[in-house]
Amino acid sequence: MTTMTYLRIGVFLAALLLLVRPVGWYMAKIYQDEPAGLNRLFAPAEWLIYRGCGVRADEEMHWTTYALVILLVNAVGGLVLLLLLLLQGVLPLNPQHLAGLRPDTAFNVATSFVTNTNWQNYSGEVTMSYFSQMAGLTVQNFLSAATGMAVLVALTRGIARRSASTIGNAWADLTRGVLYILLPLAFVLALALISEGVVQTFAPYPTARLLETTTDADGHLVTEQVIALGPAASQIAIKQLGTNGGGFFNTNSAHPLENPTAFSNFLEGLAILLIPAALCITFGILVGDPRQGWALLAAMLLVFGPLLLAAVVAEQQGNPHLAALGADIAASEGQPGGNMEGKETRFGITDSALWATVTTAASNGSVNAMHDSFTPLGGLVPLFLMLLGEVIFGGVGSGLYGLLIFAIVAVFVAGLMVGRTPEYLGKKVEAFEMKMASIAILIPPAFVLIGTAAAIITPVGLDGLQDPGAHGLSEVLYAFASCANNNGSAFAGLSSDSLFYNLVGGVAMVAGRFGVALPVLAIAGSLAAKRRCLPGRARYPPTRRFLWRCWWGWCSSSGRSPSFRCWRLVPSQNI
Amino acid sequence: MGMIRQQIRPTLMLVLMMTLITGGIYPLTVTGFAQVLFPYQAGGSLIEHRGQVVGSRLIGQAFRDPGAFWGRLSATAPFPYQAAASSGSNYGPLNPNLLAAARARVEALRGADPTNTAPIPIDLVTASGSGLDPHISPAAAAYQVARVARSRGLDEAVVRQLVATHTQGRGCGLLGEPVVNVLALNIALENLAGEEETSLAP
Repeated sequence: MTTMTYLRIGVFLAALLLLVRPVGWYMAKIYQDEPAGLNRLFAPAEWLIYRGCGVRADEEMHWTTYALVILLVNAVGGLVLLLLLLLQGVLPLNPQHLAGLRPDTAFNVATSFVTNTNWQNYSGEVTMSYFSQMAGLTVQNFLSAATGMAVLVALTRGIARRSASTIGNAWADLTRGVLYILLPLAFVLALALISEGVVQTFAPYPTARLLETTTDADGHLVTEQVIALGPAASQIAIKQLGTNGGGFFNTNSAHPLENPTAFSNFLEGLAILLIPAALCITFGILVGDPRQGWALLAAMLLVFGPLLLAAVVAEQQGNPHLAALGADIAASEGQPGGNMEGKETRFGITDSALWATVTTAASNGSVNAMHDSFTPLGGLVPLFLMLLGEVIFGGVGSGLYGLLIFAIVAVFVAGLMVGRTPEYLGKKVEAFEMKMASIAILIPPAFVLIGTAAAIITPVGLDGLQDPGAHGLSEVLYAFASCANNNGSAFAGLSSDSLFYNLVGGVAMVAGRFGVALPVLAIAGSLAAKRRCLPGRARYPPTRRFLWRCWWGWCSSSGRSPSFRCWRLVPSQNI
Repeated sequence: MGMIRQQIRPTLMLVLMMTLITGGIYPLTVTGFAQVLFPYQAGGSLIEHRGQVVGSRLIGQAFRDPGAFWGRLSATAPFPYQAAASSGSNYGPLNPNLLAAARARVEALRGADPTNTAPIPIDLVTASGSGLDPHISPAAAAYQVARVARSRGLDEAVVRQLVATHTQGRGCGLLGEPVVNVLALNIALENLAGEEETSLAP
């Protein structure tokens, strides 16, 4: 770990923390339908959408109606995407004349993009036409992100409202999320990325005459290089901002035309964490206690920081087997050293390990280095972050509502232990909330276990493995951890474009998304109906020391010993 | 059921309009701005050499000639640096194929330059993530200077100078790693040879 490494990580986190407050404040304004600049500018577009849909934005919804709208929009969006992919061959903007996808592949891609997973079982430049990328995948990048944010905002309203029967309007939340938050940010980021060298064109793939000829696997002479292009920047911008992560090209953000420079890498990495982190601030504002937002953000950073350092240190250690062959793996002024297999020279070790941690802390899943080639401990960090349930930043919206579920459970358990009525932000936590929280927490790991077990006891599952031995098991475990938690990154040695992985993975992604979102909406409805308790000594209200309890709750829920020493850190006047 | 039927039409319309806005208007607007503001970058940063497209500044090419600088290993199929199908090797750190590929590279480098016994910078014996990495580290370039100079009959100082001019520092002095663009460097070497041919002609 050099000074440069610490400095770079410091600058990254400082930039993030500088941005979360303004962006969080802006999003709070948008979801409260208060003037915030852009929403006045684009108001005609918003009005046109409601008019075209024949809905009223001010009509409040019961949580069941809200959930129904969310489900319908996702289902219809998924079906449209499925059709586009199957019919790709006859649709326009297909200069490379790519054929329609196989039905099982198309099913997997459609579920993957609708659920904000963006597990890439295809190679973008050899499978997807420009039209599919634009009108299919990009659209779901926006809609799935807006869905996650809408569910979070609904939960927030459930906490903030008193004795209410409704939790907002799903049409308005979806539309405003796309129009006022995602679109403007994506537009600015796309142009910034293009200035660095990300491609944005509808031209067919150009052919270059190679400076030096080479030979292919069969010994034939190769004199030309066909360079895949496309309207990439517009999709990459939203892929990062919406924690989607599905790349335009096969190798995602490792591809030089998708992430050409250290600066584009910095911007894309920042874009991954921006909205999930800023939503903490939005949450604090919407529930009327900004400190709660900062506490949640601090809890996320407390888990994130040590794991980031672990990843950097592990990757910088390098592979001793390569050193034995005569390679120099020590970092110096002239080279990054370390484990460079699967990493790009311009990113070296620090930026690759930073990205791997960022992309799996958030449920983004785009990669700028091949996780399958990480050292064992370096690869454990992304796997661990996904198995936590994608709540350390997590997906846009879905990360924070996941963490809030953990907070509710932590408050409940802590309340029982000290014999006080468990209560979160003035709302009593009771049996119904606990049942729903248990469902939301248990579904993703259940699908990780079932999927992994199914893969390693069936020949069709084992056929996909690339690496021998224990690493092969990691590939499968990583795949289902990624699918069921809606991350989308991969130990990409696994050949996942087979009937088995497409179907089982698709089911895991849907379960991991809606198996959490629906219980969360149920909790939102139930909390909204409750009265707000006044803080009193007989209850257990989390206050400004909430951070420590969150941390403690995380410790106990991830199987570590719930230590009372940690508990004692809380000054007694706050209990 | 009535509730579902009531929401079907708004759902269809919302998906349709979002497709038009985020899948049509948005990417087309970005493309328009890109073509006006950054046409070179948006088009793939293509380089022309002697009137012909010879590649992209951002996409590497395979070099095996001792007189050229070699880049990273590339795991694309069916030939290295296949820019229409990017791919990493995805080999785990203990995969025998990983060690075999590294061993073959070490032997090739040592074979082309038997007098150089220095340890080989790690980026020269490993495959990049994209398989299209256009760069090597300054250390990897320095390792190859003597070989390139010898096989081209150039002074080592000239080649070292050329490497220095093609070395890019960290972004803002902080981001990423210093790199050398292999294709640009090799084109510069070709140009150097071209000029000398011209100057040698009577």
